[in-house]
Amino acid sequence: MSLTRAQVEGIAHLARLEIVEAQMPVYVDSLSRIIDFVEQLSAADTGDVAPMAHPLADQVQRLRPDVVSETDRHEKYQQNAAAVAAGLYLVPKVIE
Amino acid sequence: MSLHTLTVAELAAGLRARRFSSLDLTLHFLGRIERMAPGLNAFVTVTADRALADARAADELLAKGGGGPLTGVPIAHKDIFCTDGILTTCSSRMLSNFVAPYDATVVERWKAAGTVLLGKTNMDEFAMGSSNETSWYGPVRNPWDPSRVPGGSSGGSAAAVAARLVPAASGTDTGGSIRQPAALTNLTGLKPTYGRVSRYGMIAFASSLDQAGVLTKTAEDAALLLGEMAGFDPRDSTSVDAPVPDYVAELSRPLAGLRVGVIREFFDKGLEPGVGKLVRDAIEVLRAGGATVREVSLPALPLSVPTYYVVAPAECSSNLSRFDGVRFGHRCEAPRDLMDLYKRSRGEGFGDEVKRRIMTGTYVLSAGYYDAYYLKAQKVRQVITADFARAFGEVDVVLGPTTPTPAFELGAKTSDPITMYLNDIYTIGANLAGLPAISVPCGFVSEAGRDLPVGLQLVGPHFSESLLLSASHQYQQRTDWHRRLPPGYE
Repeated sequence: MSLTRAQVEGIAHLARLEIVEAQMPVYVDSLSRIIDFVEQLSAADTGDVAPMAHPLADQVQRLRPDVVSETDRHEKYQQNAAAVAAGLYLVPKVIE
Repeated sequence: MSLHTLTVAELAAGLRARRFSSLDLTLHFLGRIERMAPGLNAFVTVTADRALADARAADELLAKGGGGPLTGVPIAHKDIFCTDGILTTCSSRMLSNFVAPYDATVVERWKAAGTVLLGKTNMDEFAMGSSNETSWYGPVRNPWDPSRVPGGSSGGSAAAVAARLVPAASGTDTGGSIRQPAALTNLTGLKPTYGRVSRYGMIAFASSLDQAGVLTKTAEDAALLLGEMAGFDPRDSTSVDAPVPDYVAELSRPLAGLRVGVIREFFDKGLEPGVGKLVRDAIEVLRAGGATVREVSLPALPLSVPTYYVVAPAECSSNLSRFDGVRFGHRCEAPRDLMDLYKRSRGEGFGDEVKRRIMTGTYVLSAGYYDAYYLKAQKVRQVITADFARAFGEVDVVLGPTTPTPAFELGAKTSDPITMYLNDIYTIGANLAGLPAISVPCGFVSEAGRDLPVGLQLVGPHFSESLLLSASHQYQQRTDWHRRLPPGYE
């Protein structure tokens, strides 16, 4: 199933990925091949089987007591940030 | 006998008997890394200072008569595991500046066991690949033939252990990324049951499939290292609270009575005849050891690859959305606005295969396509799992080749993504079903004048790691494929 260039541009936007113009045809081609390849799943007989979200059937989401267990280590964690001021991450202006 | 030819078990025994020190070992391996690692491109970061400090601490403990089964043994971690204060890159430009602020549980546990950290190994970017050709730091080469790939995504760990630059290394396996490189480099590679080993601090690719494991020279070593890695971790919500067996003690379980099911669908037209023959020879070794062998059929298994290439990209598109240039990782120059910050940081930070998978995932999860692709794939996953369960009602383990071919040449499969994806055709099923699986060396095929390793794969029911390890150990007592070294690395 071939994807159109417009579809691939739409997907790139949803995924917040910039694809440079020169690479666009390559992406359209390879994504089309991949979607084409996975199409064979539509022919599979799955009857009324439930979709599997987790490989171990009897696992349930574990809960923990609602008590504070972490300490404030933001200074250490923010060392990897590109731009920080007063404990806040700086980004280009969002609100006009 | 050179220090680098000893197994982890032998090194541990030698350390305890004070035949050599951890410092001796560490200097020896650092020396080999310095001489031989660049030609293989196996490491992203070599942690020499940290290794020497770890070694001295281990020697002090050993001198006092203390220490455990791994004290003083050098290891390396795949660069997907967060290591506190040490660069952790996932072999991606996106994290090329990321110094992890904490240790992954796997790292913590091997550290608490007294191991010495030699470095962080190269990998396919964000664990997406089967050849270690997608790394931002360049491809890794196979020590058995440097013009060929070592497999992926744990290619750096595989190359490093295979070349005896490190006695053992951690890896991760989402679609075969421990087992396939192990098969291509003559190693033992174990992927545990989903939930057996904590994923805390292991940078996520596909959360319902990812699992940490080991690449070693022997099943005995895998048993030792798994024992120090496995177990419940409250910090991983998918960690299973089940006791960890003494894998080493259970290695001596005999082959007699083991019921083996040979997977019919794995002996298809895609399997290279030379590989198939070696696997059939291995079956005879098991039979001679007392195992009973019959054929089993897992009819939905051929749908593994397309199922995986819906589920894994879907999950990766979600997991990799955290890389946005805001809090950590690559940020583009002079972003014009927030959208530009996101798009260019991610466009620049991720390589092509990663972007391809994020986009595939975004597509199959998008409105109008979710039911047809993602939900459908998760149903096929259920059917594949049921096939395995039915087989395990009749046999103890199922068996087949690990890969359809031996190691291929660099660049041979990079033009069409599907060609690359089909390398995982025999390994993916175990990830989809959450089952433990192991690859062990079972011989060599000759190609272009080179001997290339071939792997035998065993898959067992959930939490049957003991059985996989003991069967593999018994096989390794009767064969010596796993002892061979690549030429030039003796």
